[in-house]
Amino acid sequence: MPRIIQNGAIVDDPRTPFRLPEGASPETVALPAGLTLLPLAVWLARRDDVLALGAPAGVWLDSNEGPEAIAADLGRIAVVGVNFPKFTDGRGYSTARLLRDRYAYRGEIRAIGDVLHDQLFYMKRCGFDAFALRADQNVEKALTAFRTFGNAYQAAVDQPQPLFRRRAA
Amino acid sequence: MYRYDSIDQQMIDDRVAQYRDQMARHLAGELSGDDLRPLRLQNGLYIQRHGPMHRIAVPYGMLASRQLRKLAEVSRRYDRGYGHFTTRHNLQFHWPKFEETPEILAELATVQMHAIQTSGNCVRNVTTDQFAGVAPDELTDPRPWCEIIRQWSTFHPEFAFLPRKFKIAVNAAASDRAVIRAHDIGLEFVRDPSGETGDSGFRVFVGGGLGRTPILGKVVREFLPWRHLLTYLDAILRVYNRYGRRDNAFKARIKILVQALGVEEFARQVEAEWAHLADGPATLTAAEFDRVAADFAPPPYAPLPDEDLGFSAHLRDDKAFAAWVRRNVHAHKVPGYAALTLSLKKPGVPPGDITAEQMEAVADLADRYSFGEVRVSHEQNLVLADVRKSDLHTVWTLARAQGLATPTVGLLTDMICCPGGDLCSLANARSVPIADAVQQRFEDLDYLHDIGEISLNISGCMNSCGHHHVSNIGILGVDKNDEEWYQVTLGGQQGNDTTIGKVIGPSFAAEEVPDVIEALIDVYLEQRTPEERFIDTLLRIGSEPFKARAYQGRDRRKPAANDSERKVANA
Repeated sequence: MPRIIQNGAIVDDPRTPFRLPEGASPETVALPAGLTLLPLAVWLARRDDVLALGAPAGVWLDSNEGPEAIAADLGRIAVVGVNFPKFTDGRGYSTARLLRDRYAYRGEIRAIGDVLHDQLFYMKRCGFDAFALRADQNVEKALTAFRTFGNAYQAAVDQPQPLFRRRAA
Repeated sequence: MYRYDSIDQQMIDDRVAQYRDQMARHLAGELSGDDLRPLRLQNGLYIQRHGPMHRIAVPYGMLASRQLRKLAEVSRRYDRGYGHFTTRHNLQFHWPKFEETPEILAELATVQMHAIQTSGNCVRNVTTDQFAGVAPDELTDPRPWCEIIRQWSTFHPEFAFLPRKFKIAVNAAASDRAVIRAHDIGLEFVRDPSGETGDSGFRVFVGGGLGRTPILGKVVREFLPWRHLLTYLDAILRVYNRYGRRDNAFKARIKILVQALGVEEFARQVEAEWAHLADGPATLTAAEFDRVAADFAPPPYAPLPDEDLGFSAHLRDDKAFAAWVRRNVHAHKVPGYAALTLSLKKPGVPPGDITAEQMEAVADLADRYSFGEVRVSHEQNLVLADVRKSDLHTVWTLARAQGLATPTVGLLTDMICCPGGDLCSLANARSVPIADAVQQRFEDLDYLHDIGEISLNISGCMNSCGHHHVSNIGILGVDKNDEEWYQVTLGGQQGNDTTIGKVIGPSFAAEEVPDVIEALIDVYLEQRTPEERFIDTLLRIGSEPFKARAYQGRDRRKPAANDSERKVANA
């Protein structure tokens, strides 16, 4: 079972991103059993089927897919995966911030794909609370990445007040 | 200048520890070269033609004397005893050892310096006017705003992996000395143009940039009240981060997005995003502005008469001093004081280069004559901003002994020039030998002063680090069949009339460049009226006479009208 970081701890988690097999269509593909993260297209096409299965729903957004597409559904989605096709593709940071700040999403936001030790600190600041690291990463060591900086200048999800409103008067 | 408190200091100390750990993991084989690359770039470390290059941040060009001394010490200990000032106020070490770079950053952190975000696809060092705080024509001191932007951009968690690099410049004077319209975001400090509120804020330009597709920034908002500065920057960056192109690095700058959408639609998207952020917690407070601005309070100037008799006598009696004053000394808002430029341009030395000894000499001059501070100009010179007129002759004498008093600021040989093909792996051609050939050809000071105000900038490739697009005469190195050639542009300008120059035709061989420049100058000298600068004559008579003379007697096909533009687009 894949080991992920969830709320600062390493846990086993069965939920893996489901990718549409080549040639399959979102309308007709067989839905995977159990906990999963569905591609946006499948979720949009099969929302009612998925909810009828009864398991807490999960959906993943690719880096070119904005949270607007699922904004109205967020109350029914337990986990939103945000995919990083390459770690240098930074769109997912804005996606997470919009999910938290704009749409007040309180479920899990999980970074998936090219998720590396050295990006975890920023990801957490932007509202990610779960991280499925790339297979070659040292998950135990990665836990230390959340302590990289003792403070931060900007307002963000983990600290809504910018430093200038928190400096000792 | 801004002084770190314990939180600011902790932040850069944490950064050193993070970088040290990343380099250690890399050397232990746990962090691949590919995965390290964006991380080291965001700490200023490039791998170039001969090895690593380390770019150190000089935020908005401000250096304290102790920082300059530390740079001298680091250059001796970890490099070859010199450094190179860039067009973005930064300092580059061109010969560090890869594995010693964490030590360099640790040393610099002891004097509140770092290399944070001096490269990579993130928000870079914010730049401004080298005469900030002392220029008679400024509305306000831009530096507190620059520092506020520096803190906002430092480790911004959402915008560390943008489609491409992102540069912000601030101008707060009547005359723009920061080329703000050649930046991704240009901020011009203004009073509410409606006159209704008496409020101050910024005119916001977006989408300027040089490089392969030079474009001037367009106004996205005529007036942004100052307290909204950071939320508005967040909105612009978020639109760019989400929708800027990531499929082609050459089309990834924000200028391409602004062009593709049109500035009205881009502005609409920014405003729509900003509607959610405006008045949020990141809204600036007067208390924060005051806290930062206090560090930029004027130094304890002495009450002095504006005229100094000794200075006037030296001006009268010493021709060489007078020539230097004419070019290198600048007006100051406080009576009896002046700002002066220490030139880093002279034959035999790459523009912007400075030795460790010179750094220490400048630090001494700053301590004795200019309240311990130095500025870096985007023209790759240094500035002492607060010198008593009565001290100018002494400072000139000392600077001259260090080779820092070339009296050519704003003249032909005050060239902006990138390191070029000698060092940079992106370059198509060398640029420093061209600069040196120009220095040799035009070393007669009387001739240079007679030619008067003109800009000549040199870039070794389309990335345009040498700002050749915005100089009256621009030289661009191009590669043709593995040979170095040089394309010439005419008519570029910086300042309030910022203009992109136009290519005059087919490129020239390196040895032809000084002749071509001389030909262009000859046309000007023949045609000028007594009041005209080079650019004025060019604008009045058009570029044709210049082109004709440049190619006269050269065995080269005369270009069709648009031939040259196509060349640039295909380069």
